[in-house]
Amino acid sequence: MLQIRCPWCGDREETEFRYGGQAHVDYPRDPAALDDRAWGEYLFVRDNPKGEFAERWVHTAGCRRWFTTVRDTATNQMRAELPSARKPVM
Amino acid sequence: MTSPHRLDSSVRAGRVDRTRRLRGTVDGVELSGHPGDTLASALLAEGRIVAAPSIHRGRPRGILAADCTEPNALVQLHGACPEPMLTATRVELYDGLVAESLSGVGRVGPEADTAVYDKKYVHADVVVIGAGPAGIAAALSAGRSGARVVLVDEQRELGGALLDGTERIDGHPATEWIGRAVRELVELPEVRVLTRASAVGCYEGNYLLVAEKRTDHLAEAGPQQPRQRLWHLRTQRVVLATGAHERPMVFADNDRPGIMLASAVRSYINRYAVLPGQQAVVFTTSDSAYTTALELLDAGARVPALVDTRPDPPAHLAEQVRAAGGQVYPGSAVVGTGGQERISSVRISELDEQGSLTGTPREVECDLLAVCGGWNPVVHLFSQAGGTVRWDPVVAGFLPEEPTGSLPKVVGAARGTYDLAGCLSQGLAAGAEAATTSGFRVAVPPVPPVAGDRPSTRPRPLWLVPAEEGTSEQWHTHFVDLQRDSTVADIWRALGAGMRSVEHVKRYTTISTGQDQGKTSGVNAVGVIADALMAGSPGEVGTTTHRPPYTPVPFALMAGRDRGGLHDPVRTTPMHSWHVAAGAVFEDVGQWKRARYYPRAGEDMDAAVQRECLAARTGVAMQDVSTLGRIEVVGPDAPEFLNRIYTNGFAKLPVGKARYGMMCTADGMVLDDGVSMRLAEDRYLMSTTTGGAAGVLDWLEEWLQTEWPHLGVHCTSVIEQWAAVAVVGPDSRAVVGRIAPELDVSAEAFGFMEFRDTVLRSGVPARICRVSFSGELAYEVNVPAWYGLAVWEEVAEAGADLGITPYGTETMHVLRAEKGFVIVGQDTDGTVTPLDLGMDWVVSRRKDFVGKRSFARPDTARTDRKQLVGLLPMDPQQQLPEGAHLVDPDGPRQPPVPMLGHVTSSYRSAALGRTFALALVADGRRRVGEVLCAPAGGTDIAVEVTKPIFYDEEGVRRDGRQYE
Repeated sequence: MLQIRCPWCGDREETEFRYGGQAHVDYPRDPAALDDRAWGEYLFVRDNPKGEFAERWVHTAGCRRWFTTVRDTATNQMRAELPSARKPVM
Repeated sequence: MTSPHRLDSSVRAGRVDRTRRLRGTVDGVELSGHPGDTLASALLAEGRIVAAPSIHRGRPRGILAADCTEPNALVQLHGACPEPMLTATRVELYDGLVAESLSGVGRVGPEADTAVYDKKYVHADVVVIGAGPAGIAAALSAGRSGARVVLVDEQRELGGALLDGTERIDGHPATEWIGRAVRELVELPEVRVLTRASAVGCYEGNYLLVAEKRTDHLAEAGPQQPRQRLWHLRTQRVVLATGAHERPMVFADNDRPGIMLASAVRSYINRYAVLPGQQAVVFTTSDSAYTTALELLDAGARVPALVDTRPDPPAHLAEQVRAAGGQVYPGSAVVGTGGQERISSVRISELDEQGSLTGTPREVECDLLAVCGGWNPVVHLFSQAGGTVRWDPVVAGFLPEEPTGSLPKVVGAARGTYDLAGCLSQGLAAGAEAATTSGFRVAVPPVPPVAGDRPSTRPRPLWLVPAEEGTSEQWHTHFVDLQRDSTVADIWRALGAGMRSVEHVKRYTTISTGQDQGKTSGVNAVGVIADALMAGSPGEVGTTTHRPPYTPVPFALMAGRDRGGLHDPVRTTPMHSWHVAAGAVFEDVGQWKRARYYPRAGEDMDAAVQRECLAARTGVAMQDVSTLGRIEVVGPDAPEFLNRIYTNGFAKLPVGKARYGMMCTADGMVLDDGVSMRLAEDRYLMSTTTGGAAGVLDWLEEWLQTEWPHLGVHCTSVIEQWAAVAVVGPDSRAVVGRIAPELDVSAEAFGFMEFRDTVLRSGVPARICRVSFSGELAYEVNVPAWYGLAVWEEVAEAGADLGITPYGTETMHVLRAEKGFVIVGQDTDGTVTPLDLGMDWVVSRRKDFVGKRSFARPDTARTDRKQLVGLLPMDPQQQLPEGAHLVDPDGPRQPPVPMLGHVTSSYRSAALGRTFALALVADGRRRVGEVLCAPAGGTDIAVEVTKPIFYDEEGVRRDGRQYE
């Protein structure tokens, strides 16, 4: 089981969190301006790298806050430094 | 009375307490032994080496090992706490033990396991697995630093292989060193020692599962004393000192009782003071079994042959054996065995340089054959944690690669270090290093001098001893996996079928898939495959994957106390006790217990639901709707936020009014629905489905935090703060009027989808809303949860003369289905859009919202998607099973049969006097009027497709009786 560092609560067990998939996939500002392919990419297509991967987690059984961290998908090692607590800018 | 094969205490004291005698029975025959005995050692002390016949071929088998690698001696334990499948080598003898030998398969008894199992969650700095010399050394040096150390060992006492031998440390017998270490560890306040505890799982992030047996070895346990405990350990560093397992040898008839691992023979002699045979042949590929031969001779057995595959074994070892009265056959192998039940002779042949047989074989009589095919470092936990292994030709075993990052550190025999001095030095260093990197700086203590160490010159592994006749594919008695009855011939058959990967061969032959997970067979199978493929070494074939658990774990232990009522939290409403007293039948909705129906004497569910439905349609009925999700959405941007989340508009909803809303995921599929009230300009009370409440709150938070953090909105779940009673039916206005005298409940003053705050006659503040999930005139009376039961009783009393009838979820489902109201999650499944449901009216054309763009995607915009329709069985009494598929009655009936859709809801309607159903059907709206067919249980049910509304299509009943 992973131990995940919540920026607000510290190190907690994986079971307290829910996974949020790839980070930095922003909701398009104007979905209607996207063609079907671009909209489909937003909905369904995500990176699947072997190695470092920026991803989102939410501390559902704790502070319920979302954050972004970097995990190596081959080793499950997560970046030791505190994950980003910064809210994304619109 | 002394057991015949128990050694005199002057020869070997052993680790058994001869002052006490324990008695049990195995296969109906009495057995006696001492505290410290395992079932296996007690059996051997009485000369009972034979186990149950093998699983598939019924061949005689005997005790092979002295530890958890045992493949043959499986037993079922009877008595107070039955256990279906244990190894006799791991069961400690206790008074009254009743066991039965098993041929490979155990049986779970019908009675529930009443023993107590519990769990502990512990944080540590250093966890050391294995308390042999390396593990004890690591725990000592780490423990002295003040770090939190947990030392885990599966045996009843610390010492590991030191208990099997006669080594000396610091000038004293090793057991004295162990005793000193135990005393020191006990006195270190931050050190915890777990015995009878198997580390069964080692996961990423240095997380370990340890299964501890606490009362299994006792004749009687206290009533609430946990039988076993599952430890969840999270630690900074792990040191694995898990030792090594000896490999058997693969030769013809290598499965006869009396064939035993050389290390097991040593263990029985030294630890248990049991001599398993009088006339012993030793067959080895390395030095370690010479010690076995010497100890057999010392204990009074004869050793007519020590057979070594190496042509030039170390001269001093051979000389010691000869001097003690044994015979040594270098460059030779055992090529066959004879005997009826138990081994009575072996055939020995010389080997040439390639390992082929040469010369004339000779026969030697014996009642014991001690075999050593080499050693497998126990890398299971290291592999589980993500470590990789490599073949080492010098030690002839798979060794752990040097770990990186926070992977466990492996020391001692587990990394192929077989000398005692090396084990101690690695353990001391690893313990100090682990403590230091955990923040507890400590120096490495000096390594004590040792004597009587295990010798080790280079082994000559021989994966496959040729038979005197035939070729490999015919060798059906060269057993590789004794537990699975798999042989060299089976491996050749797998290779002949084209398999090359060891993972494939494993699955084809079932090698290493038994209860022992191949502890004695896995690497031998790799060796035989390498041999057959003429690979340079087993390393070119590779190993199979080690998966948890390392040894079997009872399900009861994994469950712990989370059984029965504690399996999952149960949520009940404030009115629950009333429902129980009224005889309600409950159903689980998420974690909630909801009343499903309230049967009267003699009623089944159908009858009760018919009665409850009629009351709601013709009089008045009441339901506890406290479980609905409620989320307060508060803030200056709350209107804008709901506008983005819901498919329909909420910004312009006036204060004091409510509106039904639907929300979709970004791909346009229905996520949840419910009614939201606008309490104030900046405050809404959103309701969700009972089961979807937590998910919707998560959903709202996700958008607020990650996409729209600039919106000033806060969301708070207030489910627990409210209790709610739905009062439903034409007479509901009268009932609500009685309990809320300050409220004008007339249709003109209190319109549909409006709410009022008032004070009930009883003085309880209430918020009453006119919403309806049945099509009838209905009110939802919301009160602070504390008053829920009192207000429920108040409503019941106020409606008593009108025959007010409590109803449950089943009636609610029927009533709403008659009106064609969907239940998200029952009539939808994540592939359904609001348009598929025919709910275009809930989808705003003016504003944007989450999911809107997806309605224009080509697949979502198709007009022949599965759509919600109604179904009327042609036979009005026949009820469709929910989930039934719908097909074209004139279409093909041989697979593949094209599916047109499926039934999502199906009921018997009191109002209609017949059955009906809702369904999702491809191009369904165009099919209204068509007849489809639902194959169900061998018969076809013909159904007519209708619009998904069956009752009061005009909606005239919503405002109650027309004469009012």
